[in-house]
Formats: sequence, C-alpha cells, structure tokens
Amino acid sequence: MVGMTLIVKTVARWVKSFIFLYGIYITLYGHLTPGGGFAGGVIVACSFILLILAFGKEKALKRISKALASELDSIGALMFLIIALLGIFAGGTFFINFIQKNAPGQDFHLLSAGTIILSNIAIAVKVGSSLFMVFVILAVLRVVKKGDKLEMIQTNMRGEE
Amino acid sequence: MNMIPLFVAVPLAGAFIIPMLSRKFKWFPDVLGNLVTLALVIMSFAVIGKSGVYSMGAWKAPIGIVMVLDGLSVLLLVSINVIAFASTLYSIKYMEQYTSKLRYYSLFLLMLAGMNGVVLSGDMFNLFVFLEIASVASYALVGFGCEHEELEASFKYLVLGTVASTFILLGIGMTYGSIGSLNMAQISEQISQNGMNNALLFAIALFIMGFGLKAALVPFHAWLPDAHPSAPAPISSMLSGVLIKALGIYTLVRFLFNVVGVDERLLMILMVLGALSMVIGVMLAFGQWDFKRLLAYHSISQVGYIILGIGLGTPLGILGGLFHLINHSAFKSLLFLNAGAVEYSTGTRDLQELGGIREKMPVTANTSLVASMSIAGIPPFNGFWSKLIIIIACVQAGRPVFAALAVFASILTLASFLKVQKYVFFEKLKEKWNDLREVPALMSLPMVLLALLCIVMGVLLLPIGNTGVLENINILEPAVKVIMDGTDYASKILGM
Repeated sequence: MVGMTLIVKTVARWVKSFIFLYGIYITLYGHLTPGGGFAGGVIVACSFILLILAFGKEKALKRISKALASELDSIGALMFLIIALLGIFAGGTFFINFIQKNAPGQDFHLLSAGTIILSNIAIAVKVGSSLFMVFVILAVLRVVKKGDKLEMIQTNMRGEE
Repeated sequence: MNMIPLFVAVPLAGAFIIPMLSRKFKWFPDVLGNLVTLALVIMSFAVIGKSGVYSMGAWKAPIGIVMVLDGLSVLLLVSINVIAFASTLYSIKYMEQYTSKLRYYSLFLLMLAGMNGVVLSGDMFNLFVFLEIASVASYALVGFGCEHEELEASFKYLVLGTVASTFILLGIGMTYGSIGSLNMAQISEQISQNGMNNALLFAIALFIMGFGLKAALVPFHAWLPDAHPSAPAPISSMLSGVLIKALGIYTLVRFLFNVVGVDERLLMILMVLGALSMVIGVMLAFGQWDFKRLLAYHSISQVGYIILGIGLGTPLGILGGLFHLINHSAFKSLLFLNAGAVEYSTGTRDLQELGGIREKMPVTANTSLVASMSIAGIPPFNGFWSKLIIIIACVQAGRPVFAALAVFASILTLASFLKVQKYVFFEKLKEKWNDLREVPALMSLPMVLLALLCIVMGVLLLPIGNTGVLENINILEPAVKVIMDGTDYASKILGM
C-alpha cells in the first residue's frame, strides 16, 4: 500500500481542504490581520505536502504536476514584478501603490489597501509553488552510494529506482 | 534617473520569463538572455555622469528604501554589465555542453539582478538582500555541472558564503540596534554626530570579516580557488570578474569610506589585508598546474592590489585601485573565457597536458596573450597603468614597503603567466592535438571584444582630464571623488 495508514489517510482527506482554505484566507487578509502572502503560501503548500505524506507523491503530482508548479513559480514572481512596474506607468514611481493613490479604498474593507492584496496573492503563488517544488524534488531524487562515488538517481512514482 | 530601479527589474523579468516560455521554444533563453544583458549595457552607459536618489514607492528615506546612483555605483554598473554581456554571448555555444540552458540563464540573470541591486542600494538591509540573491544564485551556478568536484566546491562555497552573510547580517543588526536606522546616509549622519561606540566598532569588525570573505581577501580566501574553477567558464569569468568586486570590494569600500568614515586604523587594516592577499595569492598561484585554478589564485592577488590602492586613502591611490578594479574585470574575465575555450576544444585544463596549441587556436592564443600581458603589467596594456599608479601612490604616501611588495607580486605574476603561455600556447605542438579546431565564432567574438577593451582602456582612460569629448566616458574620476568625499556622502544623499 502506498502512503500511510487508513487513519492518517482519512484525517488528511478531511483536513486538507481546510488547510488550503485557511492558507487562502491568510493571503487575502494579509493587509488587515497578521499573515500575508508568504505565510499564506506556506500554508497552501502545506496542504499539498500533507497529501504527499499521507498518500504518496503520485496523488499530489496528479493535481499539480512539476511543470505546472514550475510555471506557477515564474508566474507569481512575474505578477509581483508587473505590479511594481505598473507603479511607474500608473503612479510615476516604481512600487508605488497606484490603486490607493488613484482610487482610495474604504478603511477596514477587503480592498482597502490597493496593490497590497495583489502583491500578497502574487507572493502566495510564488512561495506556495516553490515550497511544493522543493518538497517534491526532495521526495523524487535520491542520492545513493555506488562504490566510492555518490550518484543522484530519480525514483519513479512509487519511490522505486 | 528614473532608470535606477530598472537595473534590477529588467534582469529579474528576464529571469522569470525565460523558464515560462523556454519549454516551447529552444532558442528562447539564448535570445532573451543576450537581449537583457545588451539592454543593461546600453542602460549603464546611459547613466554615466548622472547621479540621483530614487525612493521606492515614493516612501521617503527613514521608512522607505532608497536606491542611490553616484560615481562609484556607475563605475561598478558599467563593468558588471559589460562583463555580463560578454559572458552571455560566450554562453550561447559554450553552454550547449550542459543540460539545461533555461535554468542557466535564469540563474545568471538573477545573479546579475543581485549585483546591480547591491551597487545601487542606499539601505543596509536592502543591500544584504541583494547580496544574498547574487550569492545564492552563484552557489547554484558553481555546481551547475553536477559532477562530484563541482558539487563539492559549490557546497564549500555555500557554507563559507553563508558564514560571511551571517557576519554581515549580525553587523547590520548591531548597527541598527545602536543607530535605529538602516539607511546608509542616516547611519553616517548619526555616526558623525554622536561618534563611535563599542557596538559599532564590533559591527565594523564583522563587516570587514563578512565582506572580506565575499571579496576573498587572504585570511578569508579558502573558498575561491575551489569555487571559481569549478563553475562553467562564463560563470567563472562573472565570479572572478565582477562578483567578488560588487559583493566584496564595493560593499567594504562603501561602508568604510562613506558610512563610518575611515581613520588611520581602518586604512592600515585595509592595506595590510591588501598586501597579504597580493603576495600570498600570487605565491599560491605559482605552483598550480590547473589552468583555471591558477587564474583563481591570481584573482586573490589582484584583489589585493585593488584593496591596497584604495586603502592608501590618497586620491592617487584610490584612482589606481578603482582603475585596477575595472581593468581586472576586463582581463580576468577574458582569461577565464580563454581557459574555457581551451577546455572546450581539448577537454583538459591541465597545463602539462597541453602545449603548442597556438597554431591551432590563433584567436584564443592571441587574446590570452593580450590578457596575460595586461595582468602581468606589461606596457602599454591596461594592467600596467593601474599597477604603476598604485606603486607610485604607495611611494608618495610614504609606504615604500608596500610599493616594494607590489613590485614583487607583479614580477611573480609575470613569471606565472609566462608559464601559462609557455605550457599552453607556445612550445611544440603535441601530437595528440593535431586535429584541434578553433572555437566557434560566437565564442571568439566576446574574447576579441574583451581583448580590445584591455588595449583601449589602457590608452584611453588614463590621460584624459576634464576636457573635450572624452569627458563623457570619464567614469573613474567621479568614483574617486565619491570615495574621497567620505562621509559627506550623508549630507549629499539626504539633501537630494
């Protein structure tokens, strides 16, 4: 059997979506409550890492492939950069909060901080996908000792060579 | 002036677009990588002679992060981006031996963004962040070949580099604790108003240690002879050519001269470290038989010259040091590209195995001859002028011992490069190299460009004053002025 025992699997099946949602909440409310893009991204990645731990990596990789995670990684970083660059065109300065400058939001509302929420989303995408990638790479690659040399091998979905 | 943040944004954008689109188009990383570095070269030439302060997001200094462009930054920007362009041009053919070009270019551009950020930052912590971006990318690039030796070198570099970063971060923490600001100009203002205290002195010691490790000054040099030869040739040329200068020398000079202000003690520390690196580096280089390892030891030695020149504290000494800095980035990058070309064609870097390949690889041989004569200080090449200025400055400043050491190290450098030329390019052609071919044109082009630079810089940069057309390319004097002004830096930046 791939993965952990039935108890762990059942709990993980229940908990994973709550963890995922909590990560999104932390991201979206980053400008109002403690948290933000980085913490939210880590929590989102944790829900996928839980999947890997409980069910084995094939189940997690079926939802987000390595290629997709790598794309998301670049997209998150680019989004952040585009928001910063838009500041030059819309507000005259790199990284300026151009939404807040042109159309200030109401205090204590979800969209009260202009570009901050957009930046948080970008960071969450970037951090979440790169952390997931790091974990997948650690799970997929093994270093074995062959003779007196170390060799890196890629294991297949079941963790065999 | 509005271009300042683009020096960081453009390479970052390139670094993240490349992995997105390269899976479909194989040619994409080469084209975009070279376009980005070409654009950066043009931008860095466009800011020559300009200066300014840029507040990120329009937040003013104590709260926001500022980027500062002045003479010293311009000097570094120009040399970083020119060398980066030559390296990416060279990478098109050279990197085909390796597996993943898209990761290579992505990491390369990240490293470039980090270096450009370091020389433009006006904020201590922001400087640290950019320094880490550049360092982490370079750790990965050193181990890019994924062979046993490369991974080992990369790991050693990673550990020692992290030790350096920890010292720097601790130093920044101490500074922030006792001053209450991270803005360099404000730190400087506070120090000149309230004087030094023990926490700051400790921070200075940490910075000398941390930045000294990044610059590979002699007691801290152990990582460099492993890391630089193990990297792919264009990366070696970036590391030795500009990375140790942007991350080590520039940061050290900026902090000591512009932020805390130098006194006799600090200058003496710089001079002793410089002289030590100069002599010990070249002595260690002398016994090497690995082409790139020999060059790596010479980097330590040449960095010693730069630090010695700047450490003299006189205008002439600083001019010599900075001139040697840009000269070294030209000829050392060229030498590493030559070593890469030799390795590309023959598959070895062992000096004893090579021999007489001059007739088979004329472009590589002639460009490396130019670079060797530059580094050894033969007139009329650029290295001669900067070494001459440093030696004269030593004598004028009443430090004849250092002058003598500089001459001694220069003679050993000459001897060591005579050895390289003799064993690799001259002598009789060994039989096994009979069907050797010259490297492809795309690899010779950057070598020829850098060789021309070695010749032109020697003739051009020295005799110009403030007259005529040449004033526009005068990048040394503003940089010298920035260092000589010392802690006036604070009032200038805060006044802008």
